[in-house]
Amino acid sequence: MSLFDGAIIRRAALDSLAKLNPVTLMRNPVIFFTEIISALTSFVAVEDIVQHQPYGFPLVIAIWLWLTVLFATFAEAMAEGRGRARAESLKRARSETMAKLLVDPRDRAIFKLTPASDLCQGDIVLVKAGDIIPSDAEVIEGVASVNESAVTGESAPVVREAGGDRSAVTGGTQLVSDWLVLRITADAGSTFLDRMIALVEGAERRKTPNEIALNILLAGLTLIFLIAVITLVGFGHYSGTSFSIPVLAALLVCLIPTTIGGLLSAIGIAGMDRLVRFNVVATSGRAVEAAGDVDALLLDKTGTITFGNRMASAFFPVSGAAERDLAEACALASLGDDTPEGRSILALARERYNIVPQRSESATVIPFSANTRMSGLDFAGQSYRKGAVDSVLKSLGVEGGAAFAEAATRIGRAGSTPLAVTANGKLLGLIELKDIVKPGIKERFAAMRSMGIRTVMVTGDNRITAAAIAAEAGVDDYIAEATPQNKLDYIRMVQGEGRLVAMCGDGTNDAPALAQADVGVAMQTGTQAAREAGNMVDLDSDPTKLIEIVEIGKQLLITRGALTTFSIANDISKYFAILPAIFVITYPQLSALNVMHLRTPESAILSAVIFNALIIVALVPLALRGVKFRPVGAAALLKRNLLVYGLGGLVAPFAGIKLIDMALGVFNIFS
Amino acid sequence: MLILRELRPAISLVVLFTLILGLAVPEAFTSAMQAALPWQANGSLIRQNGKIIGSAIIGQNFTGANYFAPRPSALGTSYDASTSGASNLGPTSASLLTAVQQRVAAYTKAFGPGPVPADAVTASGSGLDPDISLANALRQAPAVAAARHLPTHTVVDLVNRMTHHAAFGIVGLDHVNVLRLNLVLDALPAS
Amino acid sequence: MLYIALVFALVLGAAFPLGRYMAAIFERRVTWLRPVELGFYRLAGVDETRSMTWQAYAVALLLLSLIHFFLLYGILRLQYYLPFNPQHIAGMSPRLAFNTAASFTTNTNWQAYLPEGQISNGAQMLGLAVHMFLSAAAGIAAAAAVMRAFTASALKSLGNFYVDLTRITLYLLLPITLVAAVLLVVAGCPQTLAPFISGHTLQGGSQTIAIGPVALQEAIKQLGTNGGGFFNANSGHPFENPNAWTNLLENWLLLVIGFALPISFGHMVKETAQGRTLMAAMAIILALGCVGAYAAEAAGNPLHTAAGVARSGGNWEGKEVRFGIPASTTFNVSATGTSTGAVDSFTDSYTPLGGLVPMFLMQLGEVSPGGVGSGFYTVIVFTLLSVFVAGLMVGRTPEYLGKKVQEKEIKLAMLGVLILTLFILAGAGFSLITASGVGSLANTGPHGLSEMLYAWTSATENNGSAFAGLSADTPLLDYGLGAAMLFGRFAFMIPVLAIAGSLAAKPKLPESAGTFPTTGPLFIGLLIGVIIILGGLQFMPADTLGPLAEHFLLHAGKAF
Repeated sequence: MSLFDGAIIRRAALDSLAKLNPVTLMRNPVIFFTEIISALTSFVAVEDIVQHQPYGFPLVIAIWLWLTVLFATFAEAMAEGRGRARAESLKRARSETMAKLLVDPRDRAIFKLTPASDLCQGDIVLVKAGDIIPSDAEVIEGVASVNESAVTGESAPVVREAGGDRSAVTGGTQLVSDWLVLRITADAGSTFLDRMIALVEGAERRKTPNEIALNILLAGLTLIFLIAVITLVGFGHYSGTSFSIPVLAALLVCLIPTTIGGLLSAIGIAGMDRLVRFNVVATSGRAVEAAGDVDALLLDKTGTITFGNRMASAFFPVSGAAERDLAEACALASLGDDTPEGRSILALARERYNIVPQRSESATVIPFSANTRMSGLDFAGQSYRKGAVDSVLKSLGVEGGAAFAEAATRIGRAGSTPLAVTANGKLLGLIELKDIVKPGIKERFAAMRSMGIRTVMVTGDNRITAAAIAAEAGVDDYIAEATPQNKLDYIRMVQGEGRLVAMCGDGTNDAPALAQADVGVAMQTGTQAAREAGNMVDLDSDPTKLIEIVEIGKQLLITRGALTTFSIANDISKYFAILPAIFVITYPQLSALNVMHLRTPESAILSAVIFNALIIVALVPLALRGVKFRPVGAAALLKRNLLVYGLGGLVAPFAGIKLIDMALGVFNIFS
Repeated sequence: MLILRELRPAISLVVLFTLILGLAVPEAFTSAMQAALPWQANGSLIRQNGKIIGSAIIGQNFTGANYFAPRPSALGTSYDASTSGASNLGPTSASLLTAVQQRVAAYTKAFGPGPVPADAVTASGSGLDPDISLANALRQAPAVAAARHLPTHTVVDLVNRMTHHAAFGIVGLDHVNVLRLNLVLDALPAS
Repeated sequence: MLYIALVFALVLGAAFPLGRYMAAIFERRVTWLRPVELGFYRLAGVDETRSMTWQAYAVALLLLSLIHFFLLYGILRLQYYLPFNPQHIAGMSPRLAFNTAASFTTNTNWQAYLPEGQISNGAQMLGLAVHMFLSAAAGIAAAAAVMRAFTASALKSLGNFYVDLTRITLYLLLPITLVAAVLLVVAGCPQTLAPFISGHTLQGGSQTIAIGPVALQEAIKQLGTNGGGFFNANSGHPFENPNAWTNLLENWLLLVIGFALPISFGHMVKETAQGRTLMAAMAIILALGCVGAYAAEAAGNPLHTAAGVARSGGNWEGKEVRFGIPASTTFNVSATGTSTGAVDSFTDSYTPLGGLVPMFLMQLGEVSPGGVGSGFYTVIVFTLLSVFVAGLMVGRTPEYLGKKVQEKEIKLAMLGVLILTLFILAGAGFSLITASGVGSLANTGPHGLSEMLYAWTSATENNGSAFAGLSADTPLLDYGLGAAMLFGRFAFMIPVLAIAGSLAAKPKLPESAGTFPTTGPLFIGLLIGVIIILGGLQFMPADTLGPLAEHFLLHAGKAF
């Protein structure tokens, strides 16, 4: 979706008019106030027209003040419009379905066709292949594959079954095969889909804590400048100057923070939208903001930090055995092993010694069994085995010797798994299976660290293995032999230090930790309990995304701060445009303050007002896209943003106002 | 009740501090200073023949060519030290401008043409400024010398001798105490 | 310029050890007057182990101030009957007594009265001088309470107001005051309870010389950033300020605690760089002011130059010869950068820009370094606002020293700024519409506007200095400015204490690489920018019609 989609702009233009309704605009104090000023100025302009006074100046000012308000509402409408496009597609999935309401849960034959919108929590329904799942529910019976593309955009069907971590289904998704009996877990209108639609549309948007505080600051500034402008009447009275209402209105509107006031809600909506676009749904804006504040990330080792498959990485022959023989034995022992581990052994043997064993019909594959903890191949009277070190030694009834034991220990300490390999009952050596850390992950964690975020690896491995992988991946801490309880304890401990924690999880046993974490991202594939406990749902079920979620949270806050700084810094130049213009009649000497050499007082005031209005439009793309995020430390980030938005905010309007004044000059307006 | 609970300590502390800081300490300090530094503590008074002729650090008026003239005072020519104050006329004040113009005219008339030191034609802050700038004193010196029939260089030397120089060139300004200068002038043997 | 550098070197050099000592006072580690201190607690029924919530702290502070206000009001009304009144000065009118009591309770020391004629020695000592100690101590105590908010996690208590007040008075104000007072007497400040002196001048005239227990009061007047002169001419009077050295001493006294407070803060929060950062911002603003005012005054008055006054001298109207221009402007700028309001030269007669500098420093909220205590907590308010505005730019909820700055703090901070703005601008704007207000002005043209604006600025910001031509003893200004002083002090201080209470209760978050850095040149620049934009811009229209207009008119040769 491009930033400026024609349809969205057209719709937003219409919406921005509807948003002028003062009742709804009151949510935004600065713009609401601007609207009042605009109305007042319009009244003056109309009065001048009726009374045949010169009305050109008041009229033009009034028009531009209205445009200021309109541009602000347009920014919000644009942000909402972009969210709405996605909501529309979600709504189609919600489109009225009929549910098969079971009268008796045990009897699947008798059901009553009921509109999905009439379903209540606890109702039991039946869905069959081809049916749309009517509402959020838990599987209580059956196994089936479900196409969840309506929600996730992912078209490969997923398996849903009763019990365990894959029992939750989402309303709006479609059953592809078999049947399921479901217990409805959400009332109509409050399903996951409904919430998502509401969120992306911005309809249910509540202001976040930061936004509220910022609004108070902006409202305070508005009042302060209101005092400054109203009291100017008294100072003017003494000085023999009287100010017309349009002039005071122009001064006031230029001084109050209309730029950030106009863009504030658009920034918030756009932040949510960026998250949605990223296939993550937050239950509240508060959660997105909290993501920016996170100090510690709990990341699952498997799948996030490592590929999740162990890979063969080295051969360690026992004394007397040749490494090539060991490699060959390994390859043969793995010939029937179709797991990624087995394939990686074959690959390593081929790579190192160009061993490509052929599998013959007569070979017997000995599969891995929990009993023997070995697997292998019997072939032409030869037998090859690989397996856990202690099991293999036990089966052979031998001691490996000191060097062998030492090699096994060393491999284990490095976070890898040693497998012992035998050929015809003779111990040949060890193969190291390594947990491969994803490339680039270490750099990412370093970037996180420079942003002040600690990364914590969560793994079921023992402490030694965990420590080794943690060191290799460059995480700051790890939780070894993780259980739901010690995860929860760890989160509580970190929070006790005053830090905010983010984590992701999917299983029901993750629910307490997800609820305890400040940002809990539940996987869409996870259980209903997990999804309820978290405050975000990742539709792609990709635990790596936690990092990006944090970045989006930060970006939202940065955008807000940058535009606030820019807006406030703008005031200085506006003074230089307007003050000389309004005082120059009384004290012509004050034209010395007209450093921009604006042509006439009217043109100076109008130029400032026009700049003030246009800057809102000019900044809409930045508000919607967000300030570019860089994973660097706070000090560097501040320096950069303060230069760009602080200093830029001081300087930009000087140029802008001068240009507008020159443009007005070209058309001989107020010359 | 929160307020009642605070009433006793609040009242007691006000009373205690008033007695100590407002009564005991000033009384004791005054007695000590009267004993240790009586001249300063009593106003740095200068006596002549037993009579107080003024304070060494409070300006008093001098008229006539015989004496060095002090700065203009917002208190008028009386230099009434029972009060104090400045003209408080602003930089664009027309009445200040007129006053300055008149003083400039009078000054150049009395001491001849030449640059008019700013302190000579502006009122001081206290109205009791005991000093004039060195430049001002040097400008007046020839006229005073003439009126007293003294060689100009004698008076100029006197002025230079009586000058308080700015410490390290930055703390203060080269200036002369008018009363002390005029006292020394009176003590000079007539030529 | 060298003189300005000298003042800064002496003040900042002393602020470091003094700040460390003051932190020890606040943390009750200084005990050399322990028996006296304990005597106070016993007599006053103070339980020194009690710790106060912000509400209790504010109530105690307000109540003590209120009681002290009424005591002073009584003393002023009844001074005729009180001891130490050798000149038999009559009691003050209710209106003027209200104004004066408000003025001294709030550490303003605005003087609508004529000291030599309307205040007895007894009222000076028992009333004004005691207020000079206690209002300063109360301000410092409030600052100490604010500092404590940042020292620990989830703290309920801000300290004990009575203990703070007593300790600050005994261990800080009184010792320095006594030492400084001795030096002042040595230099020529009188210290006597005798009546006025009658002298016969050299030329045979008579001269009455006002005198009194000046030295002691002068010392605390400067040290406590009070500014209420024993004489009408304030520190311009030779008895208050006999020579250039006393002028330097007084200048040092009025700045030193203000600059030491951020250093104390650094020690209390155990991050001395934080304190130095705040100090640097204060010092830069003040230095810019000193240089600006000096340049304006040294350039002289073009109208007078045209009338034949030597150009080299500078603008001497209202200044004393013994100080010279750099020392005069530095003193006045220092006194308005703090809430002292003492003057050694008369700002009303400064050039327009020379007068704008002191006024603008007050309008900024007096943060350079501000009144003792009040300057510090005002800087903290601006620091919180800076952190909030720009802090978002690092992508985290803004925090200062581990305390999150949120809705409540912003609400209270803006309330404070709003009240100051309202009283200054509405007060001056309204006064200039009334006949009574315009009638009080001593000057016409834009300078008259400056006079009125300066008065309301000075009162609201609890400074006390004036464009002194204004006749301030009128019903409008006595009551109006009195109210402005009370609101400017307490309606700002209470929200600040509430902020402190709110922050104290929050957990103190550990610092990380993602924490917004609040030290170093960048933050100093940001803080100064926010102080100017949020604290000063709203006054620009009025300042343009006053001093700025006057400046351009003056250079166009206009007089009124």
